[in-house]
Amino acid sequence: MWDSIQKYFLDLAERDPTWNFIYIYDDKELERVLDGIWVTLELAVVCVLFSVAIGIVGAWLQGARSRLVQIVVQGYIQFFRNTPPLVQLLFFYFALGQFTPTFSPDGYLQQPIISNVGWAIISLSFFAGAFNIEIFRAGIEAVPQSTQEAAESLGMNRFQAYVYIVLPLAFRVSLPSLNNNLVNLVKTTTQALAIAVPELLYQLVSIYNDYSTSQNACMVLMFVVYITLVGVLVLGMNRWERRMQIPGYGG
Amino acid sequence: MTDAIDGDWTPDRPIVSLMDVRKSFGDLEVLKGISFDVMKGEVICIIGPSGSGKSTLIRCINALNPIDSGSITVEGQEVNDPRLDKLELRKKVGMVFQQYNLFPHKTALENVMMAPVLVLKQDKASVERRARALVRKVRLEGKEDSFPGELSGGQQQRVAIARSLAMQPDIMLFDEVTAALDPETVKEVLVTIRELAEEGMTCMLVTHEMGFAREIADHIYFTDRGVIVEHGPPATFFDEAQDPRTQEFLSQIL
Repeated sequence: MWDSIQKYFLDLAERDPTWNFIYIYDDKELERVLDGIWVTLELAVVCVLFSVAIGIVGAWLQGARSRLVQIVVQGYIQFFRNTPPLVQLLFFYFALGQFTPTFSPDGYLQQPIISNVGWAIISLSFFAGAFNIEIFRAGIEAVPQSTQEAAESLGMNRFQAYVYIVLPLAFRVSLPSLNNNLVNLVKTTTQALAIAVPELLYQLVSIYNDYSTSQNACMVLMFVVYITLVGVLVLGMNRWERRMQIPGYGG
Repeated sequence: MTDAIDGDWTPDRPIVSLMDVRKSFGDLEVLKGISFDVMKGEVICIIGPSGSGKSTLIRCINALNPIDSGSITVEGQEVNDPRLDKLELRKKVGMVFQQYNLFPHKTALENVMMAPVLVLKQDKASVERRARALVRKVRLEGKEDSFPGELSGGQQQRVAIARSLAMQPDIMLFDEVTAALDPETVKEVLVTIRELAEEGMTCMLVTHEMGFAREIADHIYFTDRGVIVEHGPPATFFDEAQDPRTQEFLSQIL
């Protein structure tokens, strides 16, 4: 079966050089594509988790009594929200990367302890995390003060009220915006190409640089993979949103 | 009672005692020296025009609003004390709000069970038994698994009363608990409160239901612009009001 598919695309490439699906009939290129998809998935999942964690902790810190903590959180949000993610990525890798310690696994070459993949994860998580803080804050502010007072009057402390009352309600309000931001984050992982992270876009660009006739086929694959990836994410988030719906509350 | 301060209190002394309580919001002084005592098992109603400080007064008693000066004691425990153990206070004082303020993501039964399990760390199974009994007591049998959004205002308010009772308080505060309800559902909430009062619960109500106040209260306090203008047992208060401000208020409302 697979053999005949490979043969079909090999024939197609010979008949019509504008449709050279080299990553189907050439196992070496196929492996590059699969590696790229794997790195993209890894980046997406890790960054989504980190950025959500940053959002929850940041939104909690924003409500802290300390003025200093509030200023630090605000500064962080302003910096990461108001600069392009591509610039952040380049700055982290090329500027900060120079100042991080290095180590030498083989005794000859020096390697930085944070790899380009590491910087991409840090930079993208911080970028999306800044938005997530604002998203969760909006959700928290949507929980009426009176609901928290009821919790307080039943003897709950601030932490209990936050964990058991405020967060579950705020999270439901935040989900649609969070959904948007995470979709954006997954798409933005392609910018890791700029610091040579071998994710899908990087691999496909390399392939069509090596075999210029495969350009169209590579472009098609890019869309197919990202539509599928983001589609799965959106589907999952929507199902989650529906499952979290409370009868008779919030439409 | 192992607490040293609690040890000083005996049921023959006022369960709640206010002395010269003052409270301002910014430049606006809402409570201008309020003093009164409530004995165990007493039912008192606070009435008065809007903005007279009734709700603020009742919220100060369980420390939802801090007071500026004066003294509030609950079973001998000083509420106006920076070292106040709020949890100890709130175990003694239950509160029901005008807008019910139920937890919308929890079912009626979960709303009732939540605080005893979480705050008092009581055994879940026995809390559930008690919670089911309380739901029956407020006549909501069959609604245990409904979410607040699926209940009417009157039903929600009765869940809120059950939720408060689950903490087994000694005193119940009711802050205009029927003000947001339809006239038909007001009655079902009042019936619940009357039962509580008849069982000997100490109740403090802020209310606009004059008929109910007259019927249920041992003592009525009339507040206007932050002071208690006049007070007395219902019969004397409603029929022989002395102060012109009380007379004017009663003539408008009755």
